[in-house]
Amino acid sequence: MRTRAALAVTVVTALAAVTGCGGGASTDGGGSNESPKTLTYWASNQGPSVEADKKILTPELKKFEEQTGIKVKLEVIPWSDLLNRILAATASGQGPDVLNIGNTWSASLQATGALLPWDQKNFDAIGGRDRFVTSAVASAGAEGKDPAAVPLYSLAYALYYNKKMFADAGISQPPATWDQLVADGKKISKGGKWALGAEGGNLANNIHQVFVLGKQHGADFFDSSGKPTFTSDGAVAAVKQYVDFMAKDKIVAPGNAEYAQNQSLQDFARGKTAMVLWQAAASTFAAQGMKPADWGVAPVPVAAGAPGTGQNTNSMVAGINMAVFKNTKNIDGAKKFVKFMTSDAEQKLLNKTYGSIPPVKAAQQDPAFSAPDLKVLRDTLATSAAPLPQVPAESQFETAVGTAVKELWADAAAGRPVTTESVKDRLAKAQQQMQQ
Amino acid sequence: MTTTVTPGRTDRAGSGESVGTTDTRRRLPRIPDRIRHGGLPYLLLLPAIVLEMLVHLIPMVIGITMSFRQLTQFYIRNWGEAPWAAFDNYRVAVDFDAPIGQALLHSFYVTCLFTVLAVGLSWLFGVAAAIMMQENFRGRGLLRAVFLTPYALPVYAAVITWAFMFQRDNGLINHVLHDQLGLTDEPSFWLIGDNSFIALVVVAVWKSWPFAFLIIMAGLQNIPRELYEAAAIDGAGIWQQIRKITLPSLRPVNQVLVLVLFLWTFNDFNTPYVLFGRAAPEAADLISIHIYQSSFVTWNFGSGSAMSVLLLLFLLLVTAVYLLLTSRGRKAADA
Repeated sequence: MRTRAALAVTVVTALAAVTGCGGGASTDGGGSNESPKTLTYWASNQGPSVEADKKILTPELKKFEEQTGIKVKLEVIPWSDLLNRILAATASGQGPDVLNIGNTWSASLQATGALLPWDQKNFDAIGGRDRFVTSAVASAGAEGKDPAAVPLYSLAYALYYNKKMFADAGISQPPATWDQLVADGKKISKGGKWALGAEGGNLANNIHQVFVLGKQHGADFFDSSGKPTFTSDGAVAAVKQYVDFMAKDKIVAPGNAEYAQNQSLQDFARGKTAMVLWQAAASTFAAQGMKPADWGVAPVPVAAGAPGTGQNTNSMVAGINMAVFKNTKNIDGAKKFVKFMTSDAEQKLLNKTYGSIPPVKAAQQDPAFSAPDLKVLRDTLATSAAPLPQVPAESQFETAVGTAVKELWADAAAGRPVTTESVKDRLAKAQQQMQQ
Repeated sequence: MTTTVTPGRTDRAGSGESVGTTDTRRRLPRIPDRIRHGGLPYLLLLPAIVLEMLVHLIPMVIGITMSFRQLTQFYIRNWGEAPWAAFDNYRVAVDFDAPIGQALLHSFYVTCLFTVLAVGLSWLFGVAAAIMMQENFRGRGLLRAVFLTPYALPVYAAVITWAFMFQRDNGLINHVLHDQLGLTDEPSFWLIGDNSFIALVVVAVWKSWPFAFLIIMAGLQNIPRELYEAAAIDGAGIWQQIRKITLPSLRPVNQVLVLVLFLWTFNDFNTPYVLFGRAAPEAADLISIHIYQSSFVTWNFGSGSAMSVLLLLFLLLVTAVYLLLTSRGRKAADA
């Protein structure tokens, strides 16, 4: 009898332990105005820290409250948690009213149907679609559908380099091609100093880098019908080229293979690494004690020639969008808040603070965005950046291929050979995971 | 021997109310005899049953239902509308020739090895420390408190501290092993590659051995000192005393302890998640993280639920076999 009782207890405990999947139905529709005086806002972590973001955003939210009488409850969420939080909110129907999303997730989140579509009427409520840069709106949802979000901050990748370390190695200008970067890198990578920083454990960063290299090799990671093509020759070559910076060229420190918390930026600020490929890193470098004169910014290298479209693409269209949860209890207030955050004045102020580029055309004309740092980002966005594939499976792609690249970094760091075959094997596995 | 006549019996035997219980009766609602004598135990169990349903059984049924559906991001808001998948999710999970099945099997092996090592070592350290603490010596109280510290710390804070210590270039572990003791030729990676398994076991043991220590220490309190004194007089040494008195006496405690540690360790999610993030290295790809990835990272909740149900069946089987074996062993010992 005692055994049976114990068994029953154990069964229930075990059941509870392993079937943790809950699920919630949520109401459909386009929101209501049940609580017109409050809004909750999930902001992504843009600045050097969550606390810094709170300090930056709180006065702006106060301004909005003074103008409209609507109080905004702010929560700043680190990138590592944001997608999970959005997913949980989508499943339970208990989300914030307004939130920031990474623009690469737009199509994936759009597929859940939880976000308010930005049709003509909704765009008109915030001043019209034409106010925004076309490429930024294109990265806010799948092609042919109303965008799932509105662009808020635009970003592109650039090559940040340490001027003193370059001068010490006898290098007069930043590399424009990958061959030059490797050659310069070999001059720098000596005596505990390394040429290039990487974030091997950061899945999203891995994806951004190999996507651009993929474009340069004439490959994409999805075909025109949205099916994954991870094992194409170009995709394999792109991943191999990226990991070879450590495995073959030895210009990335082996320790970078486990970096996932922006440690490569710390190494750069401390003079351990001479270059990083990053989106708007200026505020982080400044927060770590570097002076703007210490670093330079150049376009991300290409295989040959100058950055442009197609094989000379040198960045993904990076950025942060602002979305509204469809079931918000303050739909009018939510739109007013999006209008406020995308107004010319706020766009200038916030993008200046974060070192990003306004996706609002009028705000982009501000002279502050013509400073050398930001000019590189602006030109890249305008002429040589491509959006990541806007397919519903984008977030799976980030995880599957991002993890494959992470494992390849681990191989490189441990001194195991990274060959075309080993790269292809990992990517094949990642592709098969996508076809569940 | 005296016989006590209860008020209830008086009622039943007599025609109506007994004098002694009248006041009480008037204040309390009358419970029908049928329920009082037949259904009362069930009535008392009712709140527990309702709570059990709400907290465990209903979510479990929902989880099992999900495993039969193609539940992806397209249906996450209204999962009841997800297309019926029959056994497709299960078929994919156990197709060990295909990558998804292979990966699940791999993580199952990793988890089994991890559980055996982590539970075994936690138990061993727990027993050793508890026996050591039986002797009265100066500083025993302090040492006991120190031993329990890992159990008292918040898991997240503790594991993230370990993650810092395991960092290759700036971590304490490599500083000691490589810089100070010179045991390795070059700093090792602990958070990526094959060593990540060792890191995982170390943190899991550090986290769970104090619980084993606590439970075994409580169990030791129940062993009469006379047994040891008698054994000592008969010439039994310390090892013989441990083998013949301590371990057999701890048997019932150990049965529960090992089972609980097994279930906790097999399903441990916090340790690998905080240590490695959402994509654990292959060598440390525990099944809990693997299922989390299937469900919440690749957004295939149907497949993740199917894997959860398979894991549940496995755990049920292991638990049932374990309980049968241990109860048989106990009966044999009692006889």
